[in-house]
Amino acid sequence: MSGSLDGGSTSLLGRVRDRLEGPNTIGDSPAFWVGFAVAVAALAVYPFTTDPYTIIQSSRYLALSFLALSLCFIWGYAGVLSFGQVAFFGIAAYAFGIIGINLSSTVGVGVAIVGAVLAGTLSAALLGYFMFYGGVRETYVTIMTLVVALVLNTFMAQTAGSEWAVGAAQLGGFNGMTDIPSLTLGVGETALVLEGVGLYYALLVALVASYLGLRVLVNGQFGMTMVAVREDEARTTTFGYDVPFVKLVVFTIGGALAAVGGVFYASWGNYIDPSVFGIAFAALPVVWVSVGGRESLLGAIGATLAIERMRTGLSSGIGPIGSEWALVIVGGLLLGVILFLPAGVVPRLADLTDELREKRSERSQSTAATEEPTE
Amino acid sequence: MIAATAAPLTFSAYSLIALLFQFLNSFGFIVLATVGLAIIFGMMGVINLAHGEFILIGVYGTALPFHAGVPLPVAMIGGVVAATVFGVLVERTIVNRFYDRLLDSMVATWGLALVVSQLLLIVFGSSLDSISAPMGSVAYGPFSSSIYRSVFLPLVAVAVLVGLYALFTRTEFGIKARATIEDPETARAMGIDTDRMYTVTFAIGSALAGLTGALYAPALGSITPNRGSTFLVEAFVAVVVGGPSVIVGTLSAAGVLSVFNATGSFLFGTFIGQMLLLLVAIVALRALPNGISGYLDDWQQRRRAEE
Repeated sequence: MSGSLDGGSTSLLGRVRDRLEGPNTIGDSPAFWVGFAVAVAALAVYPFTTDPYTIIQSSRYLALSFLALSLCFIWGYAGVLSFGQVAFFGIAAYAFGIIGINLSSTVGVGVAIVGAVLAGTLSAALLGYFMFYGGVRETYVTIMTLVVALVLNTFMAQTAGSEWAVGAAQLGGFNGMTDIPSLTLGVGETALVLEGVGLYYALLVALVASYLGLRVLVNGQFGMTMVAVREDEARTTTFGYDVPFVKLVVFTIGGALAAVGGVFYASWGNYIDPSVFGIAFAALPVVWVSVGGRESLLGAIGATLAIERMRTGLSSGIGPIGSEWALVIVGGLLLGVILFLPAGVVPRLADLTDELREKRSERSQSTAATEEPTE
Repeated sequence: MIAATAAPLTFSAYSLIALLFQFLNSFGFIVLATVGLAIIFGMMGVINLAHGEFILIGVYGTALPFHAGVPLPVAMIGGVVAATVFGVLVERTIVNRFYDRLLDSMVATWGLALVVSQLLLIVFGSSLDSISAPMGSVAYGPFSSSIYRSVFLPLVAVAVLVGLYALFTRTEFGIKARATIEDPETARAMGIDTDRMYTVTFAIGSALAGLTGALYAPALGSITPNRGSTFLVEAFVAVVVGGPSVIVGTLSAAGVLSVFNATGSFLFGTFIGQMLLLLVAIVALRALPNGISGYLDDWQQRRRAEE
């Protein structure tokens, strides 16, 4: 719904806000936008306050946030639960490596970015076509996506021999593919290689842009259709919507987002291995999105940053608790949230602030009533 | 497993026998890996993503007593009991909250799966010693097959299916359980304790997972905490291909999938066999979204409507 409801916002800022806000996202108040701007600004000055190693780690969290956004978008807004978003993430990562290594030039990296995102997106479209036009139902979709990821895991893990190479790129089997180029901007001598702080800023800009773009999308006409499909497929079909097509489009966009994350991830470490398709990694997006709140894009990003930060902290062990407990804690967190906070943390917080506001306005109403006693 | 020393493409009577044994091996594995998951899915609609870990508890419950000196058949009972007790605990504390939220039940059981496999790693280390398969093997021509995996386990698989058929069609419990699945409201009105039916059904599914773990403990090679996913993938694929009916679905899916898996493995190696199985599953899902048993149900209904 691009048209403004109150009809009064004619300024540019007002029009932009109209498109970003709606019933499908949490956080429409001026206070929210101030908070959002402060948070982005804080992330922007973060590199000046800490050491390069922490920045490199933080870049990883930002790259993984794309994966969280992609699952949040398809699960939270269209009700399609995929356990295999990592498949498109990994396909894009491998494709970026293969193309980037073979065309070792700055232009080659550009081609690799486009090619890798296309590879991830097209795989999502293909799988989506198979599932949604085949009439595959909800739990089956979840299983299919997980099986696809696990198949890729098995397949890539056995590509160890030298015969498994695409041009100059060795797939590397279980040990993974090395020497994947870093992202570069520009052509030839003047090209800017995005590493360390540069990559961090590129990720931050891309992530904020994706978040705002998704907000516009889910609050628009198409977003309303997505939510209708989530709430009641049969009724949406009765209203004349092509439900399989809507799901296919949603799934493809989700695949594209995961693919963008995969490209960043592969170029971040200059490395990719089959564990991106494995069951432990496939579980992480589900954990982030469940904890943050599946109907909150910002919650998904926040939970990704927080949980991944926590996992980095645990990887060196805290006191008697060694690194091997990280996965137990993550699994336990998932179980606890789904049992006790089924909507996730951010939607619950939003409900709490709403309740608080209501209580306050009730109280001010009741004090107003005592000040002006009726006869 | 089958050790082929001759070139497998030259067909002889021996290679046909080897192919048959490969088929039986694969059939037994798929039926046993699937049946516990299929009961819980078919009867309750819940997909238990911790199914692989339930099987793993059966494996550990067998291997630990065995390594402590308990004879194998007795140790196997330990595996079944461990998985059953665990299943009842999980149903009472977690799964019973999710009967009307199926996607959430998948997420919750996945969280459980992560916790269980990681805890097994922490407590028992990265692997347990393997147990050698009993019953030895039979050699014919250039081939040899394990009797335990290719003869005994497929027989057990068939016996389990026959037993389940009898349980659900011939006993009072079976009729009550099916009534609960068909129409919980009416079943409650008729005096059936539906909560108890769900718990018992889940316990049966867990016991079967434990049985699978116990039976495969001596056939797995090294016992590691991530072996759960070996079973999980086969079980998922078979449940999806078979559809909601437990016995018809499991039997038909295992039959179809093992033909492709065995032929692919026999001619081109286990990796191709595995890939072929998954490709067949994807194609089957595209053609029959409700699985083989769903298709048979529809077909039966159409025939009845025509009459």
